[in-house]
Amino acid sequence: MSKILEIEDLTVSFDGFKALNNLNFSMNAGELRVIIGPNGAGKTTFLDVITGKVQPTKGRVLFKGRNIKKIPEFKIARMGIGRKFQTPRVYLNLTVRDNLDLVSNQNKNVLSTLFGRANNNETRTVGGLLETIGLDTKANLSASLLSHGEKQRLEIGMLVAQSPDLLLVDEPAAGLTDEETENVGALLLSLAQSHSIIAIEHDMEFVRQIANDKVTVLHQGALLCEGKMDEVQNDPRVIEVYLGETPD
Amino acid sequence: MSNKTGVQIKKKKQRNKIIELGIITTLVIIMAIILPSIIPAFRLRLIGRFLSLAIVALGIDLIWGYTGLLSLGHGIFFALGGYALAMHLNLQIPEGQIPDFFNLYGVKELPWVWQPFYSLPITILALVIVPGIAAGLIGYLVFRNRIKGVYFSILTQAALLVFYNFFNGQQKIINGTNGLKTDSSRIFDLVVSSAGVQRTFYIITVISLVLIYLLCRWLTSGRFGRLLIAIRDDETRVRFSGYDPTGYKVLVFAISGAIAGIAGALYTVQTGIITPSIMEVAFSIEMVIWVAVGGRGTLIGAILGTMLVRLGQTFLSESFPEIWLFFQGALFLIVVTVLPDGIVGWWTSYGWDKLRSLLGLKPSLITYPSLVEDPDVQQERKEMSEQ
Ligand SMILES: Nc1ncnc2c1ncn2[C@@H]1O[C@H](COP(=O)(O)OP(=O)(O)OP(=O)(O)O)[C@@H](O)[C@H]1O
Ligand SMILES: [Mg+2]
Repeated sequence: MSKILEIEDLTVSFDGFKALNNLNFSMNAGELRVIIGPNGAGKTTFLDVITGKVQPTKGRVLFKGRNIKKIPEFKIARMGIGRKFQTPRVYLNLTVRDNLDLVSNQNKNVLSTLFGRANNNETRTVGGLLETIGLDTKANLSASLLSHGEKQRLEIGMLVAQSPDLLLVDEPAAGLTDEETENVGALLLSLAQSHSIIAIEHDMEFVRQIANDKVTVLHQGALLCEGKMDEVQNDPRVIEVYLGETPD
Repeated sequence: MSNKTGVQIKKKKQRNKIIELGIITTLVIIMAIILPSIIPAFRLRLIGRFLSLAIVALGIDLIWGYTGLLSLGHGIFFALGGYALAMHLNLQIPEGQIPDFFNLYGVKELPWVWQPFYSLPITILALVIVPGIAAGLIGYLVFRNRIKGVYFSILTQAALLVFYNFFNGQQKIINGTNGLKTDSSRIFDLVVSSAGVQRTFYIITVISLVLIYLLCRWLTSGRFGRLLIAIRDDETRVRFSGYDPTGYKVLVFAISGAIAGIAGALYTVQTGIITPSIMEVAFSIEMVIWVAVGGRGTLIGAILGTMLVRLGQTFLSESFPEIWLFFQGALFLIVVTVLPDGIVGWWTSYGWDKLRSLLGLKPSLITYPSLVEDPDVQQERKEMSEQ
């Protein structure tokens, strides 16, 4: 199976503090990978590097075999990486539909955005996505009126509208009710059928819901262990970093 | 369901468009045809000046209201447009002569920068393109380095000071502090300050304002406009969606600069003179105040704000010259504290509904989530009744 993402010896240091430390990671195309780790483990930084927001101090990131070093964020996004931020970031002053429409635009340079109109293909994508994320009745509402959970779903919809190969979602269940958490989980699982996904999460309940493939545990910027959910859950090192002491 | 609302929305949009077109046409008829025949020439000239200022306010609204970049340097582009037209008018003299002021400094030959301005078409082109390119260049340097927020404002103001000092120092080229007079010049063999020519400039100003307003409407209504709002609200998100914000910002700043250039040219010929003092910091800040008073990101607010502030200024400074400055300060404070979205923003979010409920009409959707108006609930209700 082909690798969609390979990360070799990745180190990121902020003024000497190593947020990521000699991290090695790889993932197959089509996989849904869950990354867990305590606060400050470097999970968000990890996504920052993959999306070009932060440049690695050392090591390299290969996306579909291509080194993404020094490629600006928007080009990486166009190569096929979509990212959802830790706090929902949608355009509050636009309607739900327009939020999706902006991202679904297939030609994102200035002139075609200025003179072009949404083609049938894009309109269909947006219509389908509205249904997928369960917001079709609210399509013409301003995004500022959505609830927190709806915003999370909208942002995930925006990622998909970009038709990326790799989706990066940072704590999609944070701050959601149990019901919304279920919704988001189901949404991710259905997206996993056609995308590669990296999901970062704290909520173990949620992780159990979505982690069919491997789970990766990060700790202090390095890889602690990797494996199926039940293996990882019972790994003494994982219990230690999560509970702060060695179980005897 | 979503199809149906889609059609409804389209219909409503179309109706609004027709209403708007009607309002614009009426206003144009009043401003361009009726007004010139009922008010004295000097008043008309004053209003023409205000309308020119409304044009630059539209440019400010594009870059500030929609794109979120507060420019404090639009005086530069305004002046570039003004000087371009003033230079052309100063060249309407018998062949072989050069404008009088050159004698003061012993200049015998027309400087090369003046040469292209013999031609009216080139001048008109230049008064749009030169400020546009200047803005585009400044914008490119600033945006490429991801400078935004307060730093952008400070940089534009610094650029303004640079231009101000430069223009003041160039006596041998553009008469330094004294500037260029246009009133006694001739155009098509008519004196620029004569009533007929002034009325023509006035009508050109009205038409330009409408055309530029429509241009701005077009720019801000489609995907492009929504992207500007997206850049204003969350530029990082825009980047991660595969857009490069730099190009968009440069283009909008350039357009905004070009618009300021047109405004400057129209203002100059209806003032009679342009001097570097047009690039004083206070004037560029005043432009921003007009937009804030009228309401950011509304376009119509930019025009309204400019007219209100300027008419108020004229009225008050004619009747009570000593209190005008206090009034302007107070106005700004009131807007910032009580009407943060300006007059138009207040009207659309509050005033309109108030008026409708006063007239006994049903209030339009304002609060959500309220159960009755929740789209999901409406949908369910409809499905129930269809069964
Ligand atoms: N720009 C920065 N400058 C300095 N330190 C930073 C920067 N960004 C992140 N860090 C540090 O790097 C470490 C890892 O941060 P990161 O945000 O990646 O953690 P995380 O695993 O996402 O945590 P959480 O679960 O709380 O979201 C933290 O200690 C953080 O303080
Ligand atoms: Mg994080």
